[in-house]
Amino acid sequence: MSLHANMPRRYSTDDLPQPSVAIRSAAAAIWNPINGLLEWFGELGMFIWQVLRSTIRRPFEGLELLRQLDEVGSKSLPMVAMAGAAIGAVLALESRHSLVQFGAKSMLPAAVVFSIIHETGPVITGLVVCGRVGAGIGAELGSMKVTEQIDAIEASGVNAYKLLAFTRIVACVLMLPLLTLAADFCGIITGWIANTAAEPIAFHKFIHAGFAGTGFSDFLAPTFRTMVFGLIIGVIACFQGMRSQGGTEGVGRSATSAVVLSSLFVMLADVILVKLILVFFP
Amino acid sequence: MMRTDQAVPPPRIERGEIRVKQTSAKPESAQQAGSGPAMAVKGLHKSYGDQKVLNGIDLTVGSGQTVAVLGRSGTGKSVLLRLIVGLQKADAGSIHIQGQEITNASLEEMNEIRKKMGFLFQHAALYDSLTVEENIAFPLRRHTEMTAAQRSERVQELLASVGMEADLNKMPSDISGGMQKRVGLARALALEPGILLLDEPTAGLDPITSGEIDELILKLQEEREVASIVVTHDLQSAKVIADRIVLLHEGNAVIEGTFEELEKSRDEFVVEFFKRDS
Repeated sequence: MSLHANMPRRYSTDDLPQPSVAIRSAAAAIWNPINGLLEWFGELGMFIWQVLRSTIRRPFEGLELLRQLDEVGSKSLPMVAMAGAAIGAVLALESRHSLVQFGAKSMLPAAVVFSIIHETGPVITGLVVCGRVGAGIGAELGSMKVTEQIDAIEASGVNAYKLLAFTRIVACVLMLPLLTLAADFCGIITGWIANTAAEPIAFHKFIHAGFAGTGFSDFLAPTFRTMVFGLIIGVIACFQGMRSQGGTEGVGRSATSAVVLSSLFVMLADVILVKLILVFFP
Repeated sequence: MMRTDQAVPPPRIERGEIRVKQTSAKPESAQQAGSGPAMAVKGLHKSYGDQKVLNGIDLTVGSGQTVAVLGRSGTGKSVLLRLIVGLQKADAGSIHIQGQEITNASLEEMNEIRKKMGFLFQHAALYDSLTVEENIAFPLRRHTEMTAAQRSERVQELLASVGMEADLNKMPSDISGGMQKRVGLARALALEPGILLLDEPTAGLDPITSGEIDELILKLQEEREVASIVVTHDLQSAKVIADRIVLLHEGNAVIEGTFEELEKSRDEFVVEFFKRDS
């Protein structure tokens, strides 16, 4: 046995992290997320291109589109209506308190209607559809991807981008404005009910006062905005679902990321579109 | 997914009468079908990152021939099938389907070629929102002009051929893995393809059903001259159905020949492979 066997080991500079290695790992820590983000946008661009070029050829998948319109529209309606109704009631109750303080109680119907039509209705609808439809599409397509059902569709000579993605995206674009109108309607009704509970006012008077300063462009711009929300939700949910990998865990990740990313992009788009709308529809 | 239509009185469809719709995508490079082998793969390479999966595979399958591809798990057998059907792109090499080069085919051209091929996935890959009947009717609805009654008759005929006629209205989740595989095979045969790609058709099946599937493949081979590539671990099945066997190892075809020729081989890997199974 060596004499040095039980002596404490002497440390040398070799034991310290090498500067080049430390720099490389720090650079990798910064670069990897950026690279991942660029890759994600690149793949998203390719996905959008594939969907776009699939749309110019027959068949146009009318039956599947109808099924998706039902899935996105009819089945989201109760939840969107309830969310709109809740927001309308809360807006009326909260605004009433403030407006009474400033002696502007008569402005309450206009405040409720304007707020719902311009911002609350579209955004609430967008976020509710993000949650319900985004998660549904992400999970459904993710599950089809990991169980090779999407491969089976492609192997049978059918364009999966058109059958699965295009129909869902179009359904989201067409249904969001209609769902928004439903949310607006429910919000205005419950706004009137909440207002009447505190101080009775006839419905026709509430509506007349509410829509007094509202024109066609007040409906047009938010409706266009919700079509963009629908486009964002459809594209991101389909993209996240169709790139799913890694079994059931991957499906869960797809569903979650579909909701989170589409919600984020909807809020971002809202800010940009409001600014644009103020420029073009002053 | 789509639903099946209402029934109308069924005109009878004879075998070989299914007319597959052609779209406008006509490949410029297309040669006359049937002028050469049904499938020809030459120098096929495929890598995932640093991992080489296929390293220059050559394979030719004539009409009415069945080639079994054997090898250890992860040697690229399923990848070979996915490259042939165009689900993945090869890094190098060429694939000819009925005389037509497909490695540079556009999506529209590839979809036309895919109509000539039937693909059975390893785990069947049935559409889980459709019934058994709707699964098999899917390619018929998409690529033929059959009436609902004709489709229904064809589906019944296909299901009877795999012994599943009683399970028409069941959902894929309500049938066993083996039954799913049989439905997957019926779906692959729906358009009467000239080429069949079968990824482990007998895996997970009982010996009797495996034997029935083997018989069905032999019948297709004899009656309709279908060219098949069968990826399998089942040596018994390979012995029965295959005209030739290709053994893959580390991305290369180490040996190709009849079952008897492979059994007599003195190659260390071949001997080990056959010994383990016996």
